Amino acid sequence: MTGWWVAFAGISRRETLRFVNQRGRFLAALVRPLVWLFIFAAGFRAVLGLSITAPYQTYVLYEVYVTPGLCAMIQLFNGMQSSLSMVYDRETGAMRTLLVSPYPRWFLLASKLVAGVIVSIIQVYTFLLIAWFWGIRPPVAGYLTLLPALLLSGLMLGAMGLFLSSAIRQLENFAGVMNFVIFPMFFASSALYPLWRMRESSVLLHDICALNPFTHSVELIRFALYLQVNWLSLGVVLGCLALFFGGAVLMYDPGRGLGIRRKGG
Amino acid sequence: MTIQALSVQNVSHSFGAFRALDDVSLTVPRGSFTALLGVNGAGKTTLFNLITRLYANRSGVIEVAGHNLRHDSAPALRRLGVVFQSRALDADLTVQQNLMYHAALHGIPRSKARVRVAEVLAQVDLADKAGARVSALSGGQVRRAEISRALIHRPELLLLDEATVGLDVKSRAEVLALTRRLIAEQGVSALWATHILDEIAPTDRLVILHRGRVLFAGVAAQAAPDGNLTRAFLDLTGVPV
Repeated sequence: MTGWWVAFAGISRRETLRFVNQRGRFLAALVRPLVWLFIFAAGFRAVLGLSITAPYQTYVLYEVYVTPGLCAMIQLFNGMQSSLSMVYDRETGAMRTLLVSPYPRWFLLASKLVAGVIVSIIQVYTFLLIAWFWGIRPPVAGYLTLLPALLLSGLMLGAMGLFLSSAIRQLENFAGVMNFVIFPMFFASSALYPLWRMRESSVLLHDICALNPFTHSVELIRFALYLQVNWLSLGVVLGCLALFFGGAVLMYDPGRGLGIRRKGG
Repeated sequence: MTIQALSVQNVSHSFGAFRALDDVSLTVPRGSFTALLGVNGAGKTTLFNLITRLYANRSGVIEVAGHNLRHDSAPALRRLGVVFQSRALDADLTVQQNLMYHAALHGIPRSKARVRVAEVLAQVDLADKAGARVSALSGGQVRRAEISRALIHRPELLLLDEATVGLDVKSRAEVLALTRRLIAEQGVSALWATHILDEIAPTDRLVILHRGRVLFAGVAAQAAPDGNLTRAFLDLTGVPV
């Protein structure tokens, strides 16, 4: 068992080192949600009315509503960043070093996934600390109950990134992922507007948002931050996690030869 | 029965309709330097990808130090040290960080790994570069660092896939000499894939791979009794190397 732990710790350490070495990445991960919180939310507060809706017990400011969505956004971008890192590793050859380890491939991929999620959780708590000074103050115990929700949400979004990375053949194709995965997932969700608001505008759009796994990441985080459990979102997140991770393990299986491009003599 | 460092028996592999390897059999005896000679596209990298389990082996049998790669893959992979054709070190990390990462992937605890990193870097004359970022090393130094990475878990068999490609003449000679020294001093075995004839000595074991088939397997001097390996290769394959 010690060897497995050593391998997991080594993979986590490498991800952290890469993250620390890329200071711009940490800054970008924080600036993005803060821009939404400080500028976008301030503008929307004036035009968007929010009725009392679970898990909130009273009327809340738009900044308060949007904060869980921004936490999930950090994890969504981090998951895609991990996906980009996998494609980069494959292009540079570093992926081979990982895959020729004697440990099973599912374990190596899971370790890489968990390591990425740890980084994203650090980012979310840093964001919440800054948001606290901006007046976003959920119950103190909420910061604790949030942790398992962030773990599951991060794993699900990271597994999705892992699955996507097996299908992306070149770094250049990553722009397509941004346009066709990240932005639609983020905007067609409950991150920025409540689903009932969406239904007022379009029933179809509401249904799409309700089916979007990212919506359930947001709601899982939102409820956890206010000491509640959204059971439907928990089920969807767990189900999608199993689906995406299972798909990623299958796609990286040596029998399929994916993850490694045919090359050389 | 003698257990070989590597035994490949009747292995074939196809990419769709293209047959990259056709009934390939070869052995690497313990403590030997075996050259795998072939032009680009001969199937060398495909064979390496099968031996390292990057591709699944569906036909034939591959054994590393007696461990079947299909049924007993973990012990087999533990005994392999690999230097890939393309660079596999993380350029943003230091040499030491890269080696520690690789040690962790083989389950070696950090305290032990630190000692091993110092050992293997000394073996490849890179002790003074432990703290240097890989991006700051020369091509020859990167290759030596990759060999040290491959050695850190003390493998029985080194696989080197065109390890000298892209190096200048001096660095090429250094990397080759280093590999031969490791065999002599540590008793590891090496399968050295190349398309450069100068890298093969008459006493080396030689496997000539061409269009996915083994055309010769034996001692290099047997393939070219007159010492002219270039002509022997041309006679066997019909193409100059």
